Amino acid sequence: MTLDPVVLFFLLGLFAALARSDLKLPPALYETLSVFLLLAIGLKGGVALAKTGSPQVLLQVLLVILLGTLLTLLAFAVLRWRLSRVDAAATAAHYGSVSVVTFAVAASFLARQGIEAEPQLTLFLAVMEMPALVVGVLLARLGDRQQLRWGQLAHEVFLGKSMVLLLGGLVIGWLAGPKGIVSLSPLYIDLFKPVLSLFLLEMGLLTAAKLGSLRRQGSFVVLFGLLVPLGFACIGLGSAYAMGLSAGGALLLATLCASSSYIAAPAAMRIAVPEANPALSLAASLGVTFPFNLLLGIPTYWMLTQWLYA
Amino acid sequence: MTFHAKKLLTIVTEAVLEAPLVKVLQQLGAHGYTVSDARGGGSHGVQGGGWSFEGNIRVDVVCDAAVAEAIAAHCQQAYLPHYGLILYVSDVGVLRADKF
Repeated sequence: MTLDPVVLFFLLGLFAALARSDLKLPPALYETLSVFLLLAIGLKGGVALAKTGSPQVLLQVLLVILLGTLLTLLAFAVLRWRLSRVDAAATAAHYGSVSVVTFAVAASFLARQGIEAEPQLTLFLAVMEMPALVVGVLLARLGDRQQLRWGQLAHEVFLGKSMVLLLGGLVIGWLAGPKGIVSLSPLYIDLFKPVLSLFLLEMGLLTAAKLGSLRRQGSFVVLFGLLVPLGFACIGLGSAYAMGLSAGGALLLATLCASSSYIAAPAAMRIAVPEANPALSLAASLGVTFPFNLLLGIPTYWMLTQWLYA
Repeated sequence: MTFHAKKLLTIVTEAVLEAPLVKVLQQLGAHGYTVSDARGGGSHGVQGGGWSFEGNIRVDVVCDAAVAEAIAAHCQQAYLPHYGLILYVSDVGVLRADKF
């Protein structure tokens, strides 16, 4: 199957930065595009939930929160093998958390093949960001409890930009319903993919900038960034199967598990665990795992999904 | 024209520190401050400012010597161990002493 054109935009950004082109998007545009993507994903999920939501979703949300916690602990256990406790904890928080853009690319992958997924996956996306950040900080702070500022952490976790926009979009979409959203859909629904392509161009530029610092972090970080997503995707697939999700939903949950945060987690960890080396987590998350998921991961998880659901 | 002697305290640090730093400035007696986005390089490498959390900020505060010292002491104790932070003080003259 040919690559999704939005992924080609990512490759273009990667190429431009590696070839030292002067291409650079203004930071204000990057901020604007991320606000748009978060709102659009939230709205779409909210509308779908209004159409088909069932009370079973609440139970699934609890399971997904447990899943996020479990993945963070697993990542910590693996990382602790080579890294200091604070570095392992901060990096584990990145891997237990999720990447909205990777989710969007997986959703676009499904849409291109005309496969539907359950609407609650958007809700899973929103809730899976939280537990990892809390667990990551707890792991880093084991033993010295007086240093932990709960209020600040809670504020960071529940009122961070991505949470407010995703959940806000979900609620607006849910309240508006399929009819109410019609007047908004030219911007938020129809323009989603073009905007995603621009965002991925920027992601290509940023990823290339991280490749340089990756060389300094060593092979353990690279191996971790490649193998852990595969393992986590399998855990996600198994959980989706056990929860009774469709194949499309299973791919999205596997992608959520495999993806790692590079926006919310770095910002939260920098404030809550300042001793950790931010370059290390970001090099793994943005330099290895993000491009891996985009280029090879999602198609591989889909093959695994088809095999499991056959 | 008479100018009143004050201190100009400039802090260049990571953008994630903006909110906590601004809070501390006010608590320690600064009457005002100016924050601007900053780019540059140094011992922590080049700060491109491509990400909101990777960028740098530059905070300027005009205040009394005592306030400047209190802020510098706080920065040294709370932020210097783990964050990239540059701080310097210079003598300036201001038109309206009561503003600072």
